[in-house]
Amino acid sequence: MSEVHLDAAGHEEPSFSTKAIWRTFWVLLIITLLELTLAIIYYESPGLRPYKHFVNGLYVIGTLAKAFFIIAEFMHLRHEIKNLILSLVFPAMLFIWFLIAFLWDGNSFKNLRNRYDRYEYQQSQTPLAKKPGVE
Amino acid sequence: MSQAITAGQKWWSGGKSPYNVEYGKLMMWFFLMSDAFTFGAFLISYGTIRFSSNSWPNPNEVFRSFPGVKGEMPIPLAFVSLMTFILIMSSVTMVMAVAAGHNNDRKGVMKWMAWTILGGLAFLSCQAWEWTHLHSEGAWWGANPFLNIDGTQSSTNFTNFFFTITGFHGFHVFSGVIINIIMLIMTWKGSFDRKGHYLMIEKAGLYWHFVDLVWVFVFTCFYLL
Repeated sequence: MSEVHLDAAGHEEPSFSTKAIWRTFWVLLIITLLELTLAIIYYESPGLRPYKHFVNGLYVIGTLAKAFFIIAEFMHLRHEIKNLILSLVFPAMLFIWFLIAFLWDGNSFKNLRNRYDRYEYQQSQTPLAKKPGVE
Repeated sequence: MSQAITAGQKWWSGGKSPYNVEYGKLMMWFFLMSDAFTFGAFLISYGTIRFSSNSWPNPNEVFRSFPGVKGEMPIPLAFVSLMTFILIMSSVTMVMAVAAGHNNDRKGVMKWMAWTILGGLAFLSCQAWEWTHLHSEGAWWGANPFLNIDGTQSSTNFTNFFFTITGFHGFHVFSGVIINIIMLIMTWKGSFDRKGHYLMIEKAGLYWHFVDLVWVFVFTCFYLL
């Protein structure tokens, strides 16, 4: 933020610092590697199966952190003025409602179908002996 | 010319640009906003169907292959990690191009744009290989050879969503590569030197980072969760 110069339209634009770019790169890479390590640990240890929701929560936190760094640093939004940031953040908050409403609905479909379509439910609980389509 | 940004400045009283960015850049931001809702709709519908299913295939078992490696890799998700790394890397080279554009460094912009295009093409090649491989295993729209994680019969929802959403993302990467190639040619021809600024590179850069941003969500939704 130290060096400020004007662009063609007369706006002030803070210049990009190469150091900040590489720092963001390392943050993104490390979060991705942590997520992968977690996925592999989870896959290799059957004892962790009951904690799937907790592991998923960690993935979501990692994903949101990565999204924040890409938008704030790579897309430079953190260095824009508040008016622009708020005009983009407020509509994006609709996603919170979308997620809650639709995932809730999906879960409700599942419960209704399992309750009223018993045949389909039995089918979905029976493991197949061998893979279809193979051989 | 210089607008000092002071506390308490009345941005909306007229006479000045309330967003303090160039018109094209603002419109690019709003376009990306709408595109985010398109991708969001895809991913949320995927989530809804997944929540409404009793079981789902395990990505660690589905995505185990690597080019040149016979059979299965000892660790899952190795190939998609490589794809993610390539895309993050190409995002870095894109910011480098934007930074070079800020300093009106034509050579620098050309060098970093060329690397970004290369990264985009590498990602597309990886995706082409992955699709070809999955297709050879019998997976396609309307065909799902994989079982659910608990060994029960899986529906084609899994492959339908996978190919539709990664395909839509891949199409964005493809458009991004085309845009970047056009930007590279315009830089090479000196269009931006004549204009006196490299704002077009910044707008292409916003689009490119958005593609990376979407991949972060696609990666989580299909390969991790």
